[in-house]
Amino acid sequence: MATKTIAGKTVQVNDEGFMTNPSEWSKEIAVEIAKEEGIAELTANHWKIVDFCRQAGANGGKAPTLRQITTSTGVSTKEMFALFPKGPAKKVARVSGLGKPEGCV
Amino acid sequence: MKKLLILGAGTAGTMVANRMARLLDQTEWQITIVDQHETHYYQPGLLFIPFGMYSKNDVVKPKRDFIPAGVEFIMSPVDVIEPEHNRVKLVKDGRYLNYDFLVIATGTRTHPEQTPGLHEHEWFKSIYDFYTIEGAVALAKHLRTWQGGRLVLNVVENPIKCPVAPLEFIMLADWFFHEQGLRNRVELIYATPLPGAFTKPIASKHLGDILDRKGVKIEPEFLLMEVQPDAKKIVSYDEREIAYDLLVTVPVNMGDESIARSGLGDELNYVQVDKHTFVSPKHANIFALGDAAALPTSKAGSVAHFAVDCFSENFLRYVDGLEMLPTFDGHANCFIESGFGKGLLIDFNYEVEPLPGHYPLPGVGPFTLLQESEANHWGKLMFRWMYWNILLKGQEMPLPARMSMAGKWGK
Repeated sequence: MATKTIAGKTVQVNDEGFMTNPSEWSKEIAVEIAKEEGIAELTANHWKIVDFCRQAGANGGKAPTLRQITTSTGVSTKEMFALFPKGPAKKVARVSGLGKPEGCV
Repeated sequence: MKKLLILGAGTAGTMVANRMARLLDQTEWQITIVDQHETHYYQPGLLFIPFGMYSKNDVVKPKRDFIPAGVEFIMSPVDVIEPEHNRVKLVKDGRYLNYDFLVIATGTRTHPEQTPGLHEHEWFKSIYDFYTIEGAVALAKHLRTWQGGRLVLNVVENPIKCPVAPLEFIMLADWFFHEQGLRNRVELIYATPLPGAFTKPIASKHLGDILDRKGVKIEPEFLLMEVQPDAKKIVSYDEREIAYDLLVTVPVNMGDESIARSGLGDELNYVQVDKHTFVSPKHANIFALGDAAALPTSKAGSVAHFAVDCFSENFLRYVDGLEMLPTFDGHANCFIESGFGKGLLIDFNYEVEPLPGHYPLPGVGPFTLLQESEANHWGKLMFRWMYWNILLKGQEMPLPARMSMAGKWGK
């Protein structure tokens, strides 16, 4: 398993750069990963989604799908694309220190 | 008498009814199956209808023909499941059915009305689906006189029933237009929410290369926001637009509404169950099998078949007070028709993605995995006979329920 240093902390990541141990995650790490994903600043609206994903990950052990996020938070798919451009479910999962969403099998 | 109630007489429900009628003692058990539709569709065959390879008559039979003697068959929609009372309310006459054990096999179906512009005045004029008999037949009629242009195939959202069907559709379209002498006048585009041709990386690469050779353009990570039926274009959430002359859609798939009404479903009305035993985490006497289950494996007949194999053995243990074994591994096994009399085969489970190699099958195999061959095409065509005559009737197939690594090439 590969490791990577993000925000001064060494964490485990898979081939696609997703963190594999959600407990290694911190808010500072989220900010750094968001920058890698082209999101300069995490606003309150971003955090609302990240918090939901962290909660969903803690409950089910998995990253939520886009539909789970929009259904549960009331944030529309259009807004999700504005917040996390190009592949919002995947992007927010990475920022939240979770694996890739399992929606597609 | 103990009561086993099965909701849904599609592929999974019919197989369970047949298997259980044989395995359970009929002097101790009463088995009841409920469905609202008379007709059983051989769903893998719908794919062939638009291209004139099959007609409607090739894919329909009465459901009753497949319900075994001794099993009560009730025609009615389900109103609501009441787990706290161990009963199900039917729409017909408001009748209640009590159960000791409940198997939910209500499947999934397409919902074109979920997407703006899709299911409006251009539906079945320039926009078609092929997941319903109506759509497949209407599209066949349209293609018979179509003079070419840009055909866009779009999957609206995952998960969908039979994730390989869109690929098969576009590859058969390539072959069909060649046969019609139209291929140079047809542009084929596959717009998918996935990052590539398929869900898993190795298969995605192999299948992507095949599509490339066939001159099919993939538009990846395309999440459909709306269809503009008059302007004839589809628009994604990240504001990419694709114009079309003919749009073939795989609409949003959702589980049955009775699941939502019963409070048993997730955001797409699929029932959450243990991924190895199919038992509900909330209700120890409720199971979900086939497409109705919210499991991280493909929604496909082969998965339902392997699931029923595993479930049947476990159910006999369960009713005798033994622990269920975590036997189901997410096994899927799918022929992929690729046109020109050839096909591919993929075989995978929860842990192992589809790999290239060979799939051994005594007598008729081996079939090639992830590579085109004529044997795979014949396997696919032969499968219809096996479906009606062996599979649905719950007979044993010479295929192991759990995936095997034999013949597969590792990474």
